[in-house]
Amino acid sequence: MTRVIDAINRGARRVPTWVVYILYMLPVPYLLYLAQTGGLGREPIKALEHELGEIALQLLIIGLCVTPLRRFTGLNLLKFRRALGLLAFIYVVLHLTVWVVLDMSLLWGQMWADIWKRPYITVGMAGFLVLLPLAVTSNNASVRRLGAAGWRQLHKLTYLAVVLGGIHYLWLAKGFQLEPILYMAVILALLALRVVPKRR
Amino acid sequence: MAYRWKNTLKDHHVTDEAFFLNRRQIMGGALAGLGLASIAGEARAQEALEPNSYEDITQYNNYYEFGTGKGDPARNAHTLTTEPWTVKIDGMVDRPGAYGFDDIMKAMTVEERLYRFRCVEAWSMVIPWNGFELADLLDMAGVQSSAKYVAFETALRPDEMPGVRFPVLDWPYVEGLRLDEAVHPLTIMATGIYGKDIPNQNGAPLRLVVPWKYGFKSIKSVVRITLTDKEPPTSWNKANAREYGFYSNVNPEVDHPRWSQATERPVGGGLFAGRIPTLMFNGYEEDVAELYAGMDLTANF
Repeated sequence: MTRVIDAINRGARRVPTWVVYILYMLPVPYLLYLAQTGGLGREPIKALEHELGEIALQLLIIGLCVTPLRRFTGLNLLKFRRALGLLAFIYVVLHLTVWVVLDMSLLWGQMWADIWKRPYITVGMAGFLVLLPLAVTSNNASVRRLGAAGWRQLHKLTYLAVVLGGIHYLWLAKGFQLEPILYMAVILALLALRVVPKRR
Repeated sequence: MAYRWKNTLKDHHVTDEAFFLNRRQIMGGALAGLGLASIAGEARAQEALEPNSYEDITQYNNYYEFGTGKGDPARNAHTLTTEPWTVKIDGMVDRPGAYGFDDIMKAMTVEERLYRFRCVEAWSMVIPWNGFELADLLDMAGVQSSAKYVAFETALRPDEMPGVRFPVLDWPYVEGLRLDEAVHPLTIMATGIYGKDIPNQNGAPLRLVVPWKYGFKSIKSVVRITLTDKEPPTSWNKANAREYGFYSNVNPEVDHPRWSQATERPVGGGLFAGRIPTLMFNGYEEDVAELYAGMDLTANF
């Protein structure tokens, strides 16, 4: 087992991070193509909005896996964590853009009212705001300026952002649906792993 | 029955979608030729509805018994057996019993009704239904004078409905109307769309259509109709009373906690179609507002 993990770690070291960016941006043109050609069903706006939001949440969750994977299996994907986080942010921005431009057709008054009055939108928007400082400081210069400890402290906001994302999904679903519940369970499990005491 | 609803739309004999759209273009062209384009435009804004395509109507559905995704019902509902079908009519009626679908159809007058359809999720369609007035079906069973409400129930068949394995709602799906709403001439039992038999995902073989209420009131695949003197429970009200009231009238001024109801997105317009303002009672204010005279629609939402 350790030999397999060592091999993966050695392989991962050779993969440049831009590969992750390229691969993970491919769904965007593909989804736009599907939306234009009927591949997203009869309501392409809603489908696009949901797909982008779901990918964003998945990326945040994958980002949360990096630390426990290293701790419990020795698999080291730390190098890709920034890319995963920034990609999550990009997908959140795309999700938000579809809502603002295509879904709400720039009806600012109604959107503003929605943000305040509809808890699932309030929560989603809060998640976006929490991600903002994280995205802005996801570069080496910021790490230097904030100091490693301060930067790490700030980036614990990821936990808050992913929980807000999970609640946003859970809350917007009508009735008692399985998928958002599964997402939330995974998020909570991954966060719980962080309080497992270190063995010595 | 008070009166029969008169369709002010001009397309009520049309059964074929291509012909439907074709004639509209011809009419528009003729009016433009006479220099009446502005009048035509005004008429269109008020009442000339553009029906959605058959694909929009039959492939974008909420029918949670077949899954919660909008495409799930079209994929999964083929397993529903709709023949034979009986509707049990019971409660405060003179002639309770199990009414066979074919017997019902023989006794009813089927018409085409081009109605707006507004989902509580703030999307909308325009649907050419075929169906008969619910009042006529209730007459068949003989409503007793003590009855005040009508309760409806959807089929519950775990073998045929994969969605009911998960408790999204408390199955079977139930709905209800006040008797005066139920016998209103706008209220129909739909049995077809575009002149074809209604597809399973749209509620085959017969479903309620109450065009001035949010879509979820229009219960699908009805197996039981009960006349009662008490307000019947309704599925969405049981699931979340704060969000879904008994009446659920389309009302741009009364917001659903999770969806603003001021505007709606017409389905089928593509990526850049935008939103349109929602009309009071979904555009049927003139016909139904009196049913709610004196009621506080914020409290009775």
